[in-house]
Amino acid sequence: MAVLVHDYLPVVVFIGVATVIGLALLVSPFLLAYQNPDPEKLSAYECGFNAFDDARMKFDVRFYLVAILFIIFDLEVAFLFPWAIVFGELGSFGFWSMMVFLGVLTIGFIYEWKKGALEWD
Amino acid sequence: MTVPAFFFYLFSAVAVASAFMVIAGRNPVHSVLWLILTFVNAAGLFLLIGAEFLAMILVVVYVGAVAVLFLFVVMMLDVDFAELREGFLQYLPIGALVGLVFLVELVLVVGTWAVGPGIASAIKAPIPNASQVTNTEAIGRVLYTTYVHYFQIAGLVLLVAMIGAIVLTLHHRVNVKRQNISSQNARTRDTAIEVVKVKTGEGI
Amino acid sequence: MVDFFWQTLWPIIIILAQSVLLLVALLIFIAYILLADRKIWAAVQMRRGPNVVGPFGLLQSFADLLKFVLKEPIIPAGANKGVFLLAPLVTCVLALAAWAVIPVHPGWSIAEINVGILYIFAISSLTVYGVIMAGWASNSKYPFLAALRSAAQMVSYEVSIGFVIITVLLCAGSLNLTKIVEAQNGPWGMFQWYWLPLLPMFVVFYISALAETNRPPFDLVEAESELVAGFMVEYSSTPYLLFMLGEYVAIVTMCAMGTILFLGGWLPPFDVAPFNWLPGIVWFVIKVCFMFFLFAMAKAIVPRYRYDQLMRLGWKVFLPLSLVMVVAVAAVLHFTGWAPK
Repeated sequence: MAVLVHDYLPVVVFIGVATVIGLALLVSPFLLAYQNPDPEKLSAYECGFNAFDDARMKFDVRFYLVAILFIIFDLEVAFLFPWAIVFGELGSFGFWSMMVFLGVLTIGFIYEWKKGALEWD
Repeated sequence: MTVPAFFFYLFSAVAVASAFMVIAGRNPVHSVLWLILTFVNAAGLFLLIGAEFLAMILVVVYVGAVAVLFLFVVMMLDVDFAELREGFLQYLPIGALVGLVFLVELVLVVGTWAVGPGIASAIKAPIPNASQVTNTEAIGRVLYTTYVHYFQIAGLVLLVAMIGAIVLTLHHRVNVKRQNISSQNARTRDTAIEVVKVKTGEGI
Repeated sequence: MVDFFWQTLWPIIIILAQSVLLLVALLIFIAYILLADRKIWAAVQMRRGPNVVGPFGLLQSFADLLKFVLKEPIIPAGANKGVFLLAPLVTCVLALAAWAVIPVHPGWSIAEINVGILYIFAISSLTVYGVIMAGWASNSKYPFLAALRSAAQMVSYEVSIGFVIITVLLCAGSLNLTKIVEAQNGPWGMFQWYWLPLLPMFVVFYISALAETNRPPFDLVEAESELVAGFMVEYSSTPYLLFMLGEYVAIVTMCAMGTILFLGGWLPPFDVAPFNWLPGIVWFVIKVCFMFFLFAMAKAIVPRYRYDQLMRLGWKVFLPLSLVMVVAVAAVLHFTGWAPK
């Protein structure tokens, strides 16, 4: 697939140049700037006292639910991409086929709405 | 060495190495980050065989969505990993069984490819010329019409996943005050305030 | 050997030169966008804004850069060093990477790929990693909370952006950014660009773009009054600068995306005498600046959202609205036969 390599080589080179610029910026203060660390300076930020425990804690399962719902809708969008660009050639069958697909997922969406999964409290 | 060959070896070497780091890493968050690197390199390999749509979708869906969930789970679940490692032997039989089933399935996939009926004709089926038809269009032309059953089944699978996620994770907290925006917007002067005549010196 | 040089190395050198040129131009543009942001914000509040370094403060961003480079870099003792330093780099490089495919003038893009819009969509879905990695690696409470909030927020609004892109694709019939712009060209000039026929989607895109880039009124990730600076609390010196840079590059990318999808890219408003004298790139920059002005005004005027309101807006308003619009646009195109063949 020489054609595609020809198309994507610039992307790789561009990302390479961007990485070099980013790295140069990241490294420069470690070489140039004055460094004088002490334990207080290196401690984690709190409101004036030492941290009670580890900062990584359990949290509400709701965040996972949002992530899972996102995966599902993201997949739905992924299915829509090829459909959108050949829309004109597909004709009625392709149109209704996608409408059924979206209809099925809309049922799911209505279900989660009614269940209160979109409620944030 | 040509440029495509160079990139093929680069992507596959990094993919294999980072896949190894996924299972070798001690810190699970690092494992997920290596997994992301593996996905990205797999996307690069897809690009090299000309499947640009699949490459981008791999990044959008797996790196952009699935790995975020993975990262959520390992990063934010407060798991004691020393304790987890002690239970390793206990779960070894189940893990080995799952691994074995997976291996058999992989062998079946490859085996069917070699011996299955209809495969030979499927390989020979004309594929659209990549320089005239982009592969997104090529997928679009067949996915929603020729392969409509698979497409609809995929929709149903997504529906089941959605319902399953809600059934498993949804729980309502009680005594939470929620904002009802429509009723808030529907408030008028009449429903919101009351004018009271108060006699001097008596109060309400 | 000579053949190898001319066939393989020479094109790469040319691409390299183009990439450096685009990146330098982009970074200088960002320096002034940053200044413009502060100036607009100041003007709304009847202040002068930065006005000391250079005439009208024009060199302020460069002075800031110098200061960042000379500040002491601090890596907290409890942090995971590798991931801690990787996070700003990832944020900045990913934000810049999107520019590899953006056409700023007919034929002026580093790479002309078939799936341009999908590439930008993929890159923007990865920006959440910089925030999550920074929040986790800092091993501090505020960054951790910010990472959580941010991940859920960015993810929620990405769905609506996906649907918005679909409606544009339905009208344009291609994933290639150049073709999307050319599809908006027509006798009606600026009234044929997609902002008018797809006006609700343009509004949804604009607001979702604010949320995607953590701009006010959706800056709950940084919310200085509650999370002090969110995931960036533990960062100093150029690691912090890389976050800022990544954020502003992402904002300008969103502006460029809005320009390409809805404002006709490099096309002049009307293809008649005074307008088409200016080259396409000037129109492109003008439109990007206009989009950025909208971003800056939102920051100056609108108060911050509360988190439950933010999630409600994303999931209960934009998601159904954009889903309905996808169906509506498809139905209109299907039954009128306007769909691009």
